[in-house]
Amino acid sequence: MSAIRFENVTKEFSNMARSAVDHCTLAVDKGQFVVLLGPSGCGKTTLLKMVNRLYEPSSGTIYLDGVDIRQLNVNKLRRQIGYVIQQTGLFPHMTVAQNIATVPNLLRWPKQQTGQRVDELLALVDLPPAEYRTRYPAQLSGGQQQRVGVARALAGNPEFILMDEPFGAVDAITRTSLQDEMITLQKKLRKTILFVTHDVDEALRLADRIVIMRNGKIVQYDTPLNILNHPADAFVKELMGGGDIVRQLGLIRVEVAMQKLPADFHVDGQPTINCEQDLRHALSILLQPGATALLVLDQQTPVGLLTLDDLRTAARAQSTAALAA
Amino acid sequence: MDYLVRNPDTVLRLTGEHLYMAVVALLIALLIALPLSMLLLRSKPLATFVLGILGVLYTIPSIALLILLLPFFGLNRNSVIAALVIYAQIILVRNMVAGLQGVPTAMLDAAKGMGMTAWQRWWQVQFPLALPVILAGVRLATVVAIGIATIGAKFGAGGLGTLLFDGIAQNRYDKIVVGSVVVALLALILNRLLLAMEHYFEPASRIKRAVRPVRSVAAAEAPTAV
Repeated sequence: MSAIRFENVTKEFSNMARSAVDHCTLAVDKGQFVVLLGPSGCGKTTLLKMVNRLYEPSSGTIYLDGVDIRQLNVNKLRRQIGYVIQQTGLFPHMTVAQNIATVPNLLRWPKQQTGQRVDELLALVDLPPAEYRTRYPAQLSGGQQQRVGVARALAGNPEFILMDEPFGAVDAITRTSLQDEMITLQKKLRKTILFVTHDVDEALRLADRIVIMRNGKIVQYDTPLNILNHPADAFVKELMGGGDIVRQLGLIRVEVAMQKLPADFHVDGQPTINCEQDLRHALSILLQPGATALLVLDQQTPVGLLTLDDLRTAARAQSTAALAA
Repeated sequence: MDYLVRNPDTVLRLTGEHLYMAVVALLIALLIALPLSMLLLRSKPLATFVLGILGVLYTIPSIALLILLLPFFGLNRNSVIAALVIYAQIILVRNMVAGLQGVPTAMLDAAKGMGMTAWQRWWQVQFPLALPVILAGVRLATVVAIGIATIGAKFGAGGLGTLLFDGIAQNRYDKIVVGSVVVALLALILNRLLLAMEHYFEPASRIKRAVRPVRSVAAAEAPTAV
């Protein structure tokens, strides 16, 4: 059973000629990181906001774990869904700790439990609790504010997290490191995440699966690699950056393209690469003399092998897709 | 100032009456302005209309307004209080609407999205964030009320205006001086008090008050398990 399921969902606004979201059907599996991607006005944020009922669908139904969300108390529903928006969402008159404690307080957790939870989450997002607990949002950098935003969304230990362009307002370098942390975090937590962005690179880096939207409709829903290899139409191809293979390699994680470790494999001083690195990085190592295969590591444990052939397969898939389109 | 030294009781009593009028009027005005502002936030045309009317009322000279109110409230301090309530409305409502509108929609969206009820959003987010601007309105309205309450003496309401009008009638400059100085002091003191309150509730000053705790080793090594 899918964790989140949209069934024929449509949303019309009285001041808009066409539907903001137009008959969308979508199933998101538990523990998946799904990115909603598309140009502004394509309906991705509207689709997201219908999950925690900030908008109500004009028609269609949304199910969480098989339950129609309209059957749940709206505030109870929202308290079990983490919600992250751009940095303006932190309350400026509350400390970092008070901000993070918002949902636990709404859920009436005992004070001590909430305090522990706050410290736990601050440590999780790499902000030493003793130092940051009593700070106010204005005393934090943009990246730190966003981490507090993520910590706040996780506070009630929700199964689902909605993120609405959370890293849209931070500089490029900070954004990259936030994305890296998000990947690590998701590895640990395995939440079901819906993440809205208009940044293709961000989508490719983070997503297990990408939903590409245009004019309120879902154009394609697939894994990043499949979307790059088999774009549904010219719009998707254009959006994903056309035929620049090397750039696209830079957006695919090693673990996606690697082969399984052969049964008779033994570690023998091969050059290594982390499974979260991208294929472009892998390529630059493979081009060095003597490196015929890279040992792929997941936190020091060998999990796979990557050869130039694997890269070529990925690249060839790109170019055939480019030629075909 | 001899007058003050010789008649501290009278001055104190008149100051008390003066304050009573201003404070009661402000409390009533606040009770009306708060729900009114929340109503006006929901509809822009209604807000323009009501703020327009309140603005016109504000331009009516105080003596004229008081005379208009006499048939309804009688020749006593109730008329004065009613006039003060009317004058305070435009100031209070305008500031409340501005303060509440100044709370970013994104922040209210976040509050809503996390499952705060309408009441919780109001008390925990909207109101505290709008408070400095609302208090600025209260401060202005207070100063205006202290000033206008002075003419209450002409309408049998007492207050520090009594000293001024008596002084004019009896050609007693000492009374006039004491009356004006005390009214001015009253306005200044209340202004300062409310200004201090305003600053207290501004996020920037919360930050200054926040004490930087000493970093403790135990807390820095808090468990990372979730």
